[in-house]
Amino acid sequence: MNSTDFILAAGESVNPLMPNPWEILVTGVGFAVLLFIVIKVIAPKFEQAYEDRVTAIEGGLEKAEAAQKEAEETLAQYKAQLLEARTEANRIREEARSEGAQILEDLKTKATDEAARISEQAQRQIQAERTAALSSLRTDVGTLATELASKVVDEALKDDARAQRVVDQFLNDLEAQQNAGASN
Amino acid sequence: MFAFALPMASEEGGFIPPSVSDTHLPEIFPWAAEYGTGFGKQMLMIVLSIVLITWFFSAAIKNPKLVPGKMQYLAESGYAFVRNGIGRDIIGEKNFRPWIPLLFATFFFVLLNNLFGAIPFLQLPSFSHAGSAYAMAIIIYGTWIAVGLKNHGIRFFKLAVTPAGVSPVMLILLVPLEIISNFIVRPLTHSLRLMATMLAGHIIVMLAASGARHLIVIQDSLALNGVGVLVIAGSVAMYFLELLIMVLQAFVFTLLTAIYIQGAIEADAH
Repeated sequence: MNSTDFILAAGESVNPLMPNPWEILVTGVGFAVLLFIVIKVIAPKFEQAYEDRVTAIEGGLEKAEAAQKEAEETLAQYKAQLLEARTEANRIREEARSEGAQILEDLKTKATDEAARISEQAQRQIQAERTAALSSLRTDVGTLATELASKVVDEALKDDARAQRVVDQFLNDLEAQQNAGASN
Repeated sequence: MFAFALPMASEEGGFIPPSVSDTHLPEIFPWAAEYGTGFGKQMLMIVLSIVLITWFFSAAIKNPKLVPGKMQYLAESGYAFVRNGIGRDIIGEKNFRPWIPLLFATFFFVLLNNLFGAIPFLQLPSFSHAGSAYAMAIIIYGTWIAVGLKNHGIRFFKLAVTPAGVSPVMLILLVPLEIISNFIVRPLTHSLRLMATMLAGHIIVMLAASGARHLIVIQDSLALNGVGVLVIAGSVAMYFLELLIMVLQAFVFTLLTAIYIQGAIEADAH
């Protein structure tokens, strides 16, 4: 049979809607086999790969988040510590300043006191020396004057009591005169 | 080249266009036996598609990497397209997981068998043969009813044919229509849409090839020979259109599968 006859013969009888039963069978069974393989092997593996990726990505994100959180906590801690240190430094500086002022004040007071004390002591010493000198002078002058007078006026004036009275009188006058001179 | 088995126009003159019977090649086993009596090219391609799908996706996911290689990325994209783009979007977040394998197998089974029609030497979309399309539609139809019965019991048949919120008077009209539409027309359209588009595409390829051959080889007129070259150029455009339709029909078939399953799961929701 030549090709034209074949085509014409077949063309008249073939209805495209009429199935070949063998093809139904092969397709049905074939698809069932494919579906079985997909259910048992392929789909689980793809799902697993997908899950693994999600887990890995989420795990990575969680890790990053944890690290971020830790870093933030550390930063906050450092900041708090820094603030604390600054406050502490300020406090210490303030303390040092007030302490310094205190020390200065103390030293000033002490110096003033010392100066006053020294000055007072000197005053007192001067006073004492003056008093001593005065009394010594008084005695010496009296004795010298008496001696001089006795030598001058001789025996007549050997009456001590009178002589002493005269001398005291003289000295008192002298002192009064001096005081008057000082008050001027 | 016997495998092509392009229709030979009559040498004597008239052009005989290719017909459906030209998609029915003689069997492989027994060799060259009449179509329909044994194991043929179309069945071989069905088996081939199963082997190829299994091989590709198993190999791609054999050692899954966190950062996928090219092959794994391609496979994962395909898987994710069906899983999320069809399964999750249509069936819904709550119920879609058990249906991923069915949708995945359906999509790539139909897709690859369609694409066989665009691959030289294979050059025959498996689903241009009605038997394969019927088989797939029967499987989905059976699944649809089984899911409905499992979720709603025998009440499913009532839910499937009575739209909610319709007055009883309208139901008298609507119920017969719904019965015809859901239980009779649905599996037919589901299978014939796929089969017809694939067959039409294949006939266009055959027509272009045989027509071009007739115009270039048989005709003596130079003008007609030139037209034959134009036919070849035009058939390239048709080839790409066919590619688009092959992918689109695989998508549509799987999308409808998902819609039917979703309808069975939530038969009481509408």
